Amino acid sequence: MTIEKGDIELAGVFKRFGNFTAVDGVNLKVPDGAYCCFLGPSGCGKTTILRMIAGHEDPTEGEILIGGQNVVGMPPVQRRTAMMFQSYALFPHLSVRDNVAFALRVRGQSKQERYRAADSMLERVHITELADRLPGQLSGGQQQRVALARAAITEPKVLLLDEPLSALDEQLRIQMRTELRRMQRDLGITFIHVTHTQLEAISLADIVVVMERGKIKQAAPARDVYAQPKDRYVAEFLGGQNVLSGKVERINGETVLINAPDTEGIVVPLRDGMRPRDGAAVDIAVRRDDIRLRRPAAGAAADGWNAVNTRVLAVEYQGMYVKVILDSGSDREFVAYVPEREFFETAFSIGEIVVATWMAGQSLLLA
Amino acid sequence: MSNSTPHRRIRTLDEPGKPWTFWVLLAVFVAYVLALYGPMFCIYILSFQDLRGGLVFPMKGLSVHWFVDLFTQVRTGDVKGGFQRSIVLAAMVTVLTVVGSFMAGMAFRQRFKGDTVVFYLMIGSLVAPGLVLGIGIGMLFQYFGIEAAWYSSALGAHLSWTLPFGVLVMFAVMARFDRAWEEAARDLGASSWQVIRMVVIPILAPGLVAVALFGFTLSYDEFSRSLQTSGSLNTLPLEIWSMTLNVTSPSLYALGTVTTIASFLIIGLCLGLIAYLQRRRARRVAGA
Repeated sequence: MTIEKGDIELAGVFKRFGNFTAVDGVNLKVPDGAYCCFLGPSGCGKTTILRMIAGHEDPTEGEILIGGQNVVGMPPVQRRTAMMFQSYALFPHLSVRDNVAFALRVRGQSKQERYRAADSMLERVHITELADRLPGQLSGGQQQRVALARAAITEPKVLLLDEPLSALDEQLRIQMRTELRRMQRDLGITFIHVTHTQLEAISLADIVVVMERGKIKQAAPARDVYAQPKDRYVAEFLGGQNVLSGKVERINGETVLINAPDTEGIVVPLRDGMRPRDGAAVDIAVRRDDIRLRRPAAGAAADGWNAVNTRVLAVEYQGMYVKVILDSGSDREFVAYVPEREFFETAFSIGEIVVATWMAGQSLLLA
Repeated sequence: MSNSTPHRRIRTLDEPGKPWTFWVLLAVFVAYVLALYGPMFCIYILSFQDLRGGLVFPMKGLSVHWFVDLFTQVRTGDVKGGFQRSIVLAAMVTVLTVVGSFMAGMAFRQRFKGDTVVFYLMIGSLVAPGLVLGIGIGMLFQYFGIEAAWYSSALGAHLSWTLPFGVLVMFAVMARFDRAWEEAARDLGASSWQVIRMVVIPILAPGLVAVALFGFTLSYDEFSRSLQTSGSLNTLPLEIWSMTLNVTSPSLYALGTVTTIASFLIIGLCLGLIAYLQRRRARRVAGA
């Protein structure tokens, strides 16, 4: 039975190296043709999961299904997977054409046959003119295209990319990001992409899987992960959110009143399935671009707005917006992204006392 | 210096001369080069004398008489046989060293039980005095009642010297080998043997040629380890040694010249092979 579809299912997957648990009971479904990013700091087990899907590592426990078939123990080609390695691992002794044709060579295809296939693949990634070069003579971006062509020639159902953009400089990274997404649509296959860069993950992926210490913290579409982080870890790792802590004062129907320093209480909507007890310590998140700054003299905040009395610590100009770093009373970052024009209308100065406000409905209770 | 840069010429003249340390170091260097190559060149030159030639300067005549003498006269010893045996022995040592070092290099990429012990045992045979090691191997063969011969006991003795060397070279070569290459090849469907044949060996080829070169030259001129292990028939270094004891004609020098030429041919062959491998890669690229 051959694998025809590239949907992936991880069921209770564990991977232990001696005493160290790299992957700690992971369950995940990735639909066929999805672009899925595994996001997490180094050592969180994301690469290990990738290598287990690829067949370069076997799970200690659990099943890995591709196209509905358990592939544990199968060699990579039989799984219909192909991997693009970090720093690409192009064969230094072979020309670009021979690199791309390698998979066909090991299958015993004739030189003529495999070169024809390789050349048409090179055309697809727009590097026909580089066919006779050696990998050492290529730039990072060109190498990536070769690696992509070499992996795609086996007609995989799943392409596995291990930090594919980390070897490139900033500008090229953004360019190749677009290219990867285009290739994925072109090929119409499942991409699993491992990265530790938040922006890379949310700009590319249909599904972002945020990991920490071998566990999945949240697996959801990019916008959900960014705007609706499940817990403090996801909120802080994805960035763009301020995380505040407080104690539950009381629950009023659909909202929770939270007692936090420098405030008159913060109102946060209740979230599905979350019902903290009175007096429990909770974290809440509020997006940095949802925060409005005002001077205390401007009067009290309107109804339905939360307010925190604070002080401007630093101001960083970012072009599109201005990053205003505020005193959070703890070592945690409390930041407001103020639209550029708006900031210069009021121009807060460093050390100035300000009130940070946001609409109650825009804050988020964290697990 | 051209006329267009008079400024620079003036500056050079103005500068003080080289410091006295330069001249001291230069003298040491020249003395060193003379001491290193002088005796060898004396031998090469003296080997081209004619019939009247002796073992010392001045040079008497100019001919290849002693080279002819070397290969035709029986009294000078079995040079031809010794040369053949040494070449065959060195070739066997080379093959075994390359294969052994390659496999050891692959094995030592990861830790295994007892790896440090194996490593130190290997280094041990590198630092053990060759003569003592040779005597030991000779005695061992005698103890087991096996006749010592250049192709058995001497082969083993040579390997005790060339293998550790080869393995150390392989370690250096392997340090630059990226395991992701192997993984990529497997990912693309290559079997273990295909990975070795199509990826590992071609990438390591220049290093393997270097190991071969080491193995060959170390074995070809090995004396101390051969002395007690080569049995009744001599290898070339042993033959030369015995000649120094009883031959007093310039044919001894002619032998020195011939063996040097042989060594240079082999080194040249290896370097040529490395250059060829690199050119072939480059040609494949330029053939666009």
